[in-house]
Amino acid sequence: MAEVKLLRTQGLARHFDGIKAVDGVDFTLHQGEIRAIIGPNGAGKSTFVGLLSGRIKPSAGRVEFAGRDVTGLPAHKRVRMGLAYTFQITNIYKEMTVLENVAIAAQNRLRPNMLRRNPGGEAEIERLASEAARSVGLGEMLGETAGTLAYGHQRLVEVAMGLAQSPRLLILDEPTQGLSDGEIANFNAVVRKVSETATVLLIEHNMDVVMALADRITVLDQGRVLAEGTPAEITASAAVQAAYLGEPA
Amino acid sequence: MNIAPYLLLATLEGLVQASVLMLTALGLSLVFGVMRVVNVAHGEFFMLGAVGAWICATLIPGPPAVAFVAALVLAPLFVGAIAWAADWAILKRIDYNPEATIVATIGLMYIIQQTTLWSFGPNAQAVDAPFYYTLRFPWFGYSTYKFFIIGAAVVLVGGLLYFLRHSKVGLVMRATQFDRETAQNFGISVGRVYSIVFAVGAMLAAIGGVLVVPAQQAHYLMGHDPLLLSFVVVIVGGLGSIPGTIAAAILIGMSDGLLSVFFSPTLAKIFSTLLVALVLVFKPEGLFGKAGR
Amino acid sequence: MVLHNKKLAALCLAVLVLLFALQFVLSSYMILAATRILILAVFAMGYNMLMGYTGLLSLGHAMFFAAGVYASGMVTYYFGVSLPLAFLIGILGAFAASLIIGLLVLRTQTVSFMIVTLMFAQAAYLTTLYFSRYTGGDQGLTLPTSARSFRLFGQILDMTSDLTRYNIAFAVFAVTLIGLYLITQGPIGRLFVAVRENEDRTRMLGFDTYRIKLVAFTVSGTVSGMAGALYGLMFGFVGSSFAAFQTSIEALLYTLIGGPGTLLGPLLGTTVMTMLIDRLSGLTTAYLVVIGVLLIVVTLWFPAGILGTIRNRWLPWLK
Repeated sequence: MAEVKLLRTQGLARHFDGIKAVDGVDFTLHQGEIRAIIGPNGAGKSTFVGLLSGRIKPSAGRVEFAGRDVTGLPAHKRVRMGLAYTFQITNIYKEMTVLENVAIAAQNRLRPNMLRRNPGGEAEIERLASEAARSVGLGEMLGETAGTLAYGHQRLVEVAMGLAQSPRLLILDEPTQGLSDGEIANFNAVVRKVSETATVLLIEHNMDVVMALADRITVLDQGRVLAEGTPAEITASAAVQAAYLGEPA
Repeated sequence: MNIAPYLLLATLEGLVQASVLMLTALGLSLVFGVMRVVNVAHGEFFMLGAVGAWICATLIPGPPAVAFVAALVLAPLFVGAIAWAADWAILKRIDYNPEATIVATIGLMYIIQQTTLWSFGPNAQAVDAPFYYTLRFPWFGYSTYKFFIIGAAVVLVGGLLYFLRHSKVGLVMRATQFDRETAQNFGISVGRVYSIVFAVGAMLAAIGGVLVVPAQQAHYLMGHDPLLLSFVVVIVGGLGSIPGTIAAAILIGMSDGLLSVFFSPTLAKIFSTLLVALVLVFKPEGLFGKAGR
Repeated sequence: MVLHNKKLAALCLAVLVLLFALQFVLSSYMILAATRILILAVFAMGYNMLMGYTGLLSLGHAMFFAAGVYASGMVTYYFGVSLPLAFLIGILGAFAASLIIGLLVLRTQTVSFMIVTLMFAQAAYLTTLYFSRYTGGDQGLTLPTSARSFRLFGQILDMTSDLTRYNIAFAVFAVTLIGLYLITQGPIGRLFVAVRENEDRTRMLGFDTYRIKLVAFTVSGTVSGMAGALYGLMFGFVGSSFAAFQTSIEALLYTLIGGPGTLLGPLLGTTVMTMLIDRLSGLTTAYLVVIGVLLIVVTLWFPAGILGTIRNRWLPWLK
């Protein structure tokens, strides 16, 4: 099968005051896959996705997305290219309703230029937004103020915002942190559905979620790629066992 | 024409202005440094110090020196009490939100100004200097009181620096400035520190007002220029940085004195305001810097 | 065109009908007061675009109001430009001023933003004083009689007539209200609010927030300047006091009282405050104390203003 490379990094590095948070990572992501990045705390996972999304500037190396060098591109332009990012710490518009939250995300797709009129207009934005909210199971809560929702539901608002952009790549930074088992099951179903249309990059601590969802796994340790492979290969790898799985997660 | 006398005069005037400015701006800088708020009513504390000196001079009989010394103690205490009350009644209740604090202190500015207008009246009032002795230069005579202003400012600022470096209260202030949360964890009452800092900042401005009034007259709108110049100094010097503030006060005070001799004061003010604006726009990291935003 | 927020649209329409009807019931003194209120409300509505909807608290909007006043007034005074054209020039002047200033000040945030807007406005104010030979400074310039009327569509409109002035002010107010309704209740307005609520998140949803803020800033400054141009031309006077700090504070206070981030808040705030200040004007400068006290009271206990409080408690569509 000819795989299309959606995202590629070469020698990507970021140092903070001499500490090598990310240290020369070569990483390739193929279109359509669900990839999980795992690794012990402080392995550089969040810094790495920060570099991918453009929130953090690299010290060295380059990032290619959809065949284009995006290393110098600001975050909002990468998002516009279809690289959506959901935050590890829930980062939504707390004072606004669920529908408004998702509508802002949906609007990006419809109005690349905020001054140009769009034929669909408001009605189309709202339709897409409510569709995205429904698909993560927030259909009953469209009118609720986002900040008043339960934590698990706020996480889902994040995911819906990612979905509403109909991204090519959806980066989920520890999305199941703090969710109950029931919520996680629902989340897994959502991610599978998303992966029909988008590539998913998942930063995750919960190994059950990783094993249930990921096609391939990349293990980061001390800012470097320690191992990469299918879930079965990773589980079998002695190096990974030593560095990560041996520890109580 | 011999330009030397003009330069000497401008330098002396510049030094006097720099001295008063140093005190006033340090008050603003201290408040910003520790509390991360901007006090727009700071100029009014300066004005209240000057008006306080006039009240002392009017009410206290005997030689002007007695009233002056009394003013130097009473006016700052009075102003400090007002600042303390404002901190308690307003700033604490808005939790020192930076934007709300600016709006509220603008309100405080109007209230202090208008209350002073009602009680003190619209006229400028002169206060006698505590002593009269004129130093004779070959070209002009110069009041020794102005030299006293310079000396007093240097002594006070030196004292303040010593106090900040070596006293327990100073240590607590610096700890709070450095890291509010940690200070709290070490059992420092941040609320208390803020009240003290706000009052001390206001008192510094008031002392500036008391010192300046024998040379300048008291007026209910006299707080404008010290406020503007303090802004310039504090921003150019790096907000919250005490050494930067002192250096900038000397620089700005001197150049403002020089500019005002040779150019129109309005032009000098246009220059200062644009300087502040452009520094904040183009060099925010070094100057308004660590405040984050 | 689909109206998105139908309840608010209906309310705006009702307000417009009411305002139009006022001229048939009010005394001529009250008509004059109402004319001033409408123009100042346009100013506050412009201010509200930035402060209320986008969350950027400017302390320098006097400079945009004054840009409108001076650009329109000076071309009339010195070059005898007709009033409608002068009005357009005033709007254009404010647009240019707000675009240029916006490009600079939007590099800063929160406290720095407030100080920088304040400083630019002070510099503008001092400039009008420094060039008093041309601007008239504090004394100002009184527009000549020839500039007190104009011809539009064959009709001569006399700017000394109370009713003519009221209807012109009403027309400008109505156009502004409708225009700002369309902006705030649609996708652009949603982006303004998104920047106010969480700028970082908005950027990570793919929006250039600097650009959004620049649009908000320019709309805000231009509308404020339009109010200034109208004020100067209508009352035939151009002076430095329009550029003074207090003018900025009035826009802030009107908006705060009425309800920042509500479409009709500025009108309500301007009405309440103008009536209050008129009552107190017998006590010379007492109104400055009232402004001071209200600034503090609103900050302490009433940050959402009148309509904002109503919106938060009962009517979520009132935005």
